[in-house]
Amino acid sequence: MRHGRWRFLAGALIPALALHVVLVLSPYAQAFYLSLTDWTGVAGEAHFVGAGNYARLGGDSLFLDAVRNNAVMLVVVPLVTIGIGLFLASMMHLGGRGGRRGIAGSGAYQIVYFFPQLLSLVVIAVLWGFVYNPNNGLLNGALRAAGLGGLARSWLASPSLALPAVMAVLIWSSVGFYVVLFSAAIDGIPRELFEAALIDGAGGWATFRKVTLPLVRQSVQVAFVYLGIAALDAFAVVQVMTVGPGGPDGATEVIGLSLYRNAFQYGKFGYASAMGVALFFATLTLAVLALRPGREERAVPA
Amino acid sequence: MNRSPLPGPYPTRRTLLRTAVTAGVAAPLLSACVTGGGDDADPAAGNTGAKSADNPLGVKTGAPLEVVIFKGGYGDEYAKRAEAVYAQKYAAKVDHQGIQKIGEALQPRFVANTPPDVVDNTGASRLDIATLVSAKQVGDLGQLLDAPALDQPGKTVRDTLLPGVVDDGTFDKVPLTLNLTYTVWGLWYSKPLFAAKGWAFPKTWDEMLALCASIKAAGIAPWTYQGKYPEYINDPLLSMAAKTGGPALIQAVDNLEPNAWKAPGLIGAAEAFAELAGKGYIMSGSEALSHTEAQAAWSQGKAAIIPCGSWLESEQQGVTRPNFDMVMAPVPSRTAADALKQTAVQAASSESFLVPAKAKNPAGGMEYLRILFSKQSAKAFAESAGTLPSVAGATEGLTLSSGLGSVRDAVAAAGRQTFTYRFRTWYAPLAKAVDDATGELVNRRVTAAQWSDRIQKAADALAGDTSVTKYTR
Repeated sequence: MRHGRWRFLAGALIPALALHVVLVLSPYAQAFYLSLTDWTGVAGEAHFVGAGNYARLGGDSLFLDAVRNNAVMLVVVPLVTIGIGLFLASMMHLGGRGGRRGIAGSGAYQIVYFFPQLLSLVVIAVLWGFVYNPNNGLLNGALRAAGLGGLARSWLASPSLALPAVMAVLIWSSVGFYVVLFSAAIDGIPRELFEAALIDGAGGWATFRKVTLPLVRQSVQVAFVYLGIAALDAFAVVQVMTVGPGGPDGATEVIGLSLYRNAFQYGKFGYASAMGVALFFATLTLAVLALRPGREERAVPA
Repeated sequence: MNRSPLPGPYPTRRTLLRTAVTAGVAAPLLSACVTGGGDDADPAAGNTGAKSADNPLGVKTGAPLEVVIFKGGYGDEYAKRAEAVYAQKYAAKVDHQGIQKIGEALQPRFVANTPPDVVDNTGASRLDIATLVSAKQVGDLGQLLDAPALDQPGKTVRDTLLPGVVDDGTFDKVPLTLNLTYTVWGLWYSKPLFAAKGWAFPKTWDEMLALCASIKAAGIAPWTYQGKYPEYINDPLLSMAAKTGGPALIQAVDNLEPNAWKAPGLIGAAEAFAELAGKGYIMSGSEALSHTEAQAAWSQGKAAIIPCGSWLESEQQGVTRPNFDMVMAPVPSRTAADALKQTAVQAASSESFLVPAKAKNPAGGMEYLRILFSKQSAKAFAESAGTLPSVAGATEGLTLSSGLGSVRDAVAAAGRQTFTYRFRTWYAPLAKAVDDATGELVNRRVTAAQWSDRIQKAADALAGDTSVTKYTR
């Protein structure tokens, strides 16, 4: 009996483990190894160069631009997305009379907010590229129609506006998903807690701060991790939408784009692998930091 | 013993995240096992035949040939026609692949040392040629260039090509690629529009500024450019500099000589384009337009002049109204003492064909190119593709459209005075630095002096980088 069980476990685990090693771990190991070489991507051999590629990262001004832009996105995109997501989700549940029903038509809103999630990121980037067109784009057109022609700008071609314009697209495209996520979390809060808050005379804001927010904290934490990773990537939107791409003059450069350019346009796979490894550690650190408090709290019995 | 075999939720999630982020980085490397040993045996052994007048490259009859063609705007019918000739002549089986993702398809095959016999290394996902060359993956085409041309008695293949074509494919004095199409860069306008307004296309920069003033007064933007890709506005700028400084300036730039980018010709040209922007002669918003958007605005008559290469006419088919009759003009001269004449044009060949160094049938590969670059084949290509082939006289006797006709005339007027910069192909990172700087220049965020300083800094950094293979001309 016991013997058969081990055989069953081994049979179930080993194929999955083998696939994991071949398809996940071995590419990792190769990427780590290649980051220490000068591999060009087409040569049959690679020469070991030690930490040379990593030393080079510090002097690559475009890569440093990319790190700076990713850092800005890492702060702005999750905060704003989660802020808007929480606001919309709680309005759909708490905005109406009695504090529990949600404002009129909230079901329809939930579906509408989710729409961007149905489009591929590339399609979103192309569409927003048209919206930002300085001459016949929707945004400048709307500003001019509203008599605010003075505010019309060349959104993607101004160094100070290009990165905010890209971040706006990232936020727009992901808010809907988090509205749905937070809605589900709020749905999971026992109704009695809201009723008790109502009886105690709590207003909308107090209810949100004292009841809703603490009880959806887990979801918010997870959202931070996913959005942080999206902000560290942002490759597709930047590649499709921006001037250059990555411009003007590095204003929207991101690590993923630098990596792609070095690997596939400059034939510097070794150097690009070093960027990939750096990005890997950045992402890992982010995930560990964001999830750690939650884990400690779970260890303490309620 | 009853510990749960399932790992906790956090490690699982973290593993998933890690996978998702780096899989994109690692995936292309999986197929290419660089760590594996190389094969030193000559893959072409036993695949050569006896040379003769009819078979100057010594192709072995019956040896199979594998051809990979970029199937882009020109299709791949032209390549199949040459393959049919080859198959018949050598009773060989020709394996043809017409694909678009050349890089993705061939990278693992180069790494594994089993490349095809002929590669048309073209398109957005082509392999970086400088990288291929420095990895010693490209075969010497010297024998092919010295072989007699297929259908022009008394001439070698080298003799039949337009000026600069051999140089374009030469790395460290060895010819490694042969380019099928001939591209000329210049400034485009609509001939009927200029005729109706009584405008003549300027030959000097002062005339250009005067013309721009009258175009602007007529309510049309004088210039637009493909702002999303600043290399388009680079071409006329660097052409103007090349005309002022002549071959010496181009050579200094390409050879990464100290202070090459501070030459008066380059600074003068940069000042000219800064002036163009400063006087408001560039259509507002151009800096954010993609090539299709800017070219559409030009085709709709919102702007009078646009810089582009000779592919513009075929690219604008379907967008341009009939009787627009676009023509290409050479870039005006900046000074009266320019080293090159005003009709000199920037011209380079592209659609680059190569025979891999590790090909199984290199003689067959070169013979295939000899057939493809014959006058008859080039003429058929010109007719179907609507572009200039790099074989001289290939358009003789053909009725050409307005744009292509103007390109052919520009090449004839330039004579031997065609020029091209090689740094774009040799040093892609420098090309990026130049594009970024020029984008800033024409948006008036840097001055001509700052433009030259920052490019010089990038060129110096590259010159001092021992990990980059250097070329000279």
